Amino acid sequence: MRKSVIKKLVMVALLSLVVPVSGFAADTIKIGVAGPHTGDLAPYGIPTKEAVEMIAAQVNAAGGVLGKQLEVMPMDDQCKPEIATNAATKLVSQGVNVVIGHVCSGATKAALGIYKEANLIAISPSATNPPLTQSGEYPNFYRTIAPDDDQGKLAANFVTDKLGAKKIAILHDKGDYGKGFADFAQQFIEAGGKAKVVLFEGVTPGAMDYSAVIQKVRKEGADAVIFGGYHPEASKLVAQMNKKRMKVPFVGPDGIKGDGFLEIAGADAEGVYATGPMDVSTLAANKQAKDDYVAKYGKEPGTFFDQGYAAMQAVLNAIKVSGGTEYAGLEKALKGSFVDTAVGKIKFDSKGDAEGVGFSVFQVKGGKFVELK
Amino acid sequence: MQYFLELSCSGLVRGSIYALIALGYTMVYGIIQLINFAHGEVYMIGAFIALIVSGVLTIYGFTGFSILILAALIAAVYAAAYGYTLEKIAYRPLRNAPRLSPLISAIGMSLFLQNYVLLAQTPDFLPFPSLIPDFEFMEPIAHIVGSAELVILVTSAITMIALTVLIKYTRIGKAMRATQQDMTMARLVGVNVDNVISMTFVIGSVLAAIGGVLVGSYIGQINFYIGFMAGVKAFTAAVLGGIGNIPGAALGALVLGLAESYAAGYVSSAYEDVFAFGVLVLILILRPAGLLGKAVKQKV
Repeated sequence: MRKSVIKKLVMVALLSLVVPVSGFAADTIKIGVAGPHTGDLAPYGIPTKEAVEMIAAQVNAAGGVLGKQLEVMPMDDQCKPEIATNAATKLVSQGVNVVIGHVCSGATKAALGIYKEANLIAISPSATNPPLTQSGEYPNFYRTIAPDDDQGKLAANFVTDKLGAKKIAILHDKGDYGKGFADFAQQFIEAGGKAKVVLFEGVTPGAMDYSAVIQKVRKEGADAVIFGGYHPEASKLVAQMNKKRMKVPFVGPDGIKGDGFLEIAGADAEGVYATGPMDVSTLAANKQAKDDYVAKYGKEPGTFFDQGYAAMQAVLNAIKVSGGTEYAGLEKALKGSFVDTAVGKIKFDSKGDAEGVGFSVFQVKGGKFVELK
Repeated sequence: MQYFLELSCSGLVRGSIYALIALGYTMVYGIIQLINFAHGEVYMIGAFIALIVSGVLTIYGFTGFSILILAALIAAVYAAAYGYTLEKIAYRPLRNAPRLSPLISAIGMSLFLQNYVLLAQTPDFLPFPSLIPDFEFMEPIAHIVGSAELVILVTSAITMIALTVLIKYTRIGKAMRATQQDMTMARLVGVNVDNVISMTFVIGSVLAAIGGVLVGSYIGQINFYIGFMAGVKAFTAAVLGGIGNIPGAALGALVLGLAESYAAGYVSSAYEDVFAFGVLVLILILRPAGLLGKAVKQKV
């Protein structure tokens, strides 16, 4: 009996020590970094964490932001929605000011409700699921990566506006990636109302020839072909289109934008269009980030490093511009002012998607993919 | 009408490639009742050999048709060697084993050859030079048939006629027919059955290799896996025509090719395989022995 009273007293004493410490810590700006830091998806989460820690160390060494030091709070969610809700609750209870994360779309969706209730802004470097921003359900959510449907949208706009096509044939390889791209392209063409989709059809990957489907494209009178899929089928299609003397523009996704396509399609590749991630490696901010990383860690940065780095830059800029970490101020700053980041000069639109990131259209010219500006 | 002709042409081209492979299946089945699942791999190896040979010949300054013919010849010789060896090491030791054993051995050889090419060459697709020169045809004709297609149609027609002559009018053809009818009896009258079976594999492999070279230069890419799907389709064609029956295999292949092409053209190319195998099911229900097959009484 006596012993347990002592135990309780000790506990009380310890707690009373803890409280002032966290009270003192309120002078720092706490940035939560949530994502897979362990488990098999860790390679997608670690680079963002490293980027944030690297920037925080630099900023702290230079005196912090608004006179406050930055405190990075990593939180592992293993990309699992059920763990992500725990991680989010924990971050909220630790009093973070802003969250960078999560990394996987499923985990992000699970965590966002918790941040919304706590009035916290979350910026993901990698959650590409379109409804996360477009549904309008999570006004506190931002991302520095283009959503999944961005490529289809770009291809659709390019074909209708730049190429001026009126009748469009959309082919795909029936796979998740290819059909997904084709579906989005179709959706945006139909929503745009400038052109008609005259053919929407799957082709069988590995089939011996595609001449029948090519004849069908001709019969429908298509003046542009959008293809969703990878380079083996794409090169077969462009080669056979040339053999059949069909000269209409061919637009593919980033699955064909690579050396594999150039090599296999050879001369037939000339003039083919492909959408692909914008080339950011020539940006000064991007070079600086990579050089710093290599100097610190002695290796090349991993997946989503650029986006994670950009998210942290956007957050810091918003804090500086708004002069604090209040939700309304941050929101206004994120949506209102451009910031120079590792993925280019960006600001966020009303839904939370970054403007100025994502995909460009490339064209094969002289055996190379050249970005069309 | 023009659309119909365009589809018919692409169906015939497909069909004649299937036919070149299907003949190998059906000849082997006719003689030793074995479904040689490694046959598609011989086709794939033929295409790889042709690719390597044409690379070498290009360095030595050969061009166009001469490369095509030399590459096809060398590929045919190599593939024949593969077919011969295949039979010798995987099937001959199992000649008197239960029928399931050589079948399993065939599947094993198929996997082995696929992975051998995967490891020895590359898992990626390789560009195959377009060896058939691209002639300009007049407008509507150019839409219907190109020079590559013409070469494929003509080559397979010649090959099939040559095969028919070989089987009908030569000594080895006679021996093959005798072996097919009754192996024991053929042996009794002095036919060297082992040689005949080897020859059957050799001939089948040559045809498959020619198919491989033609397809490679038609579609411009190959990888280690092309033999699988081609093999499945050719096997379907052989069954469609009545397995073991040589004109049947050719007919079955053309029917299959046309069915696929019309399905792709008039319905949806997403469903071309569904139609191809649908035709097979239909014909097997209506004519269980295949288009030209004769219902064989089981020997007891």
